[in-house]
Amino acid sequence: MNVATILFYLLSAVILGGGLLAVTSRKIFRSAVFLLFSLIGIAGLYFLLEYEFIAAVQIVVYVGGIVVLIIFSIFLTHGSGGDMEKPVLIRAVFSGLAAILGCALTYLFIKEQVFIKSNAAAIEPSANNIGSQMLSTTEHGYILPFEVVSMLLLAALIGCIVIAMKVKTEK
Amino acid sequence: MNEISLNHYLFVSCALFFIGVYGFLTRRNLITMLMAIELILNSININFIVFNKFLFPDKLDGLFFTIFIITIAAAEAAVAIAIIINLYRNYKTIDVEETNTMKF
Repeated sequence: MNVATILFYLLSAVILGGGLLAVTSRKIFRSAVFLLFSLIGIAGLYFLLEYEFIAAVQIVVYVGGIVVLIIFSIFLTHGSGGDMEKPVLIRAVFSGLAAILGCALTYLFIKEQVFIKSNAAAIEPSANNIGSQMLSTTEHGYILPFEVVSMLLLAALIGCIVIAMKVKTEK
Repeated sequence: MNEISLNHYLFVSCALFFIGVYGFLTRRNLITMLMAIELILNSININFIVFNKFLFPDKLDGLFFTIFIITIAAAEAAVAIAIIINLYRNYKTIDVEETNTMKF
């Protein structure tokens, strides 16, 4: 047991515990806060894997953006928030059964699968390498998806404004 | 670092995915369903990063997929919340059982 192992188990406990409480808590605001812990745990996992750039992106976009957006929308739609009603028992039982059996089946496949590791020299996932490959126009560049995603973000931005805009009604 | 194998990480992401599926099936509130979808997307991101780290350290493709998934998840969350707020304005509730105008 070295430090990395202990950290991995700690982070896994935070991720899975946070996720489980986020989907079962009856108070919606608490549910959002547990989701926050789960996402921070995932960012910690990326730090453990030494992918610092993606960990920073995870914190900035998910923790700083999406969760704050969710909390704002909870305030707009629930006020301070009461308890949510319990899920119907039969639905909860069958959903739980489906989730557990699906998890067991998938993990069985993962255990049986033999993964083949590539032996080529490793590239460091630094911001420098990521940036130059993402914006390169050669065979392994990602410039086209980058441009498409930028168009998608613009479309989503305009779409959000149009959908959430209040239409004035004539009296 | 060597004691933790690929399978440990894959188990975490697999369990997180099915926690998200459970939440999506049991919850009947649109915001909590959106939160379950975020959990599912995050478990997929862990998979991409871990495969990139352990199986293909000579490439960065898994990392790019993760970046694009995060971007699209942000756009998706923003549009979903705009729709939820519009729905709340019309129905005063965001429970999926009660907003059934477009349903036969």
